[in-house]
Amino acid sequence: MHIVLAVTAVIFSLAAAAAVIRIARGPSLLDRVLATDVLLAILGGALCIDMAVNRHLNNLMLVVAISVIGFIGSVTVARFVADRRVKPDES
Amino acid sequence: MNPDFSGADAWIDLVSAVFMVVGALMSLGAAIGLLRFPDLLSRMHAATKPQVLGLFLLLAAIGLQLGTWWVWPVLVVAWIFQLLTVPVSAHMVGRAGYRTKHLHRELLTADELDAVVQKAAAEAALRDSPDDGR
Repeated sequence: MHIVLAVTAVIFSLAAAAAVIRIARGPSLLDRVLATDVLLAILGGALCIDMAVNRHLNNLMLVVAISVIGFIGSVTVARFVADRRVKPDES
Repeated sequence: MNPDFSGADAWIDLVSAVFMVVGALMSLGAAIGLLRFPDLLSRMHAATKPQVLGLFLLLAAIGLQLGTWWVWPVLVVAWIFQLLTVPVSAHMVGRAGYRTKHLHRELLTADELDAVVQKAAAEAALRDSPDDGR
């Protein structure tokens, strides 16, 4: 089980690094929101791994709260996003 | 662990270990998709992998490892909540991405929303015109 813990730690670290790279150089705001949502899902997955390996349920409400935060953040930013790029081809 | 049930425990450990590794690989696949896909809509397609299937596998691993029956309803409720909120946020992000034109139109095979938008714009123009409005 410790081997599983090490393997999943490496995989989650790589995934979180890729999501952070996409947050840093995402071309638009919505790409960053999407990558932030993925980063929160990766964090929830890591908490699930901790619960499964150590056999407790202390983080379950935290996982649900993280998914709620990702949902509310995505919906809020997507609701109020606007296109602020300059359009050279439209008058 | 209990030596009487060592065979069953070994199988449960093996299955839950496979679930945990595959669930972690789902998030890695989503991250690779975030880095490599060209525009917002295809990145959205990749980004829901760890939130639905990966979370399902990880919650199943928790249920298998804890080994009591009363944790399963709680885990099912957590997963169903995720399953309800993911399409809503994906719909909002996709709608905002379509409105702000963060998509590559040459990659679309069908744009069903374009006809709806054109029809609504035509109806709005007809309603706003003063002479033949109604």
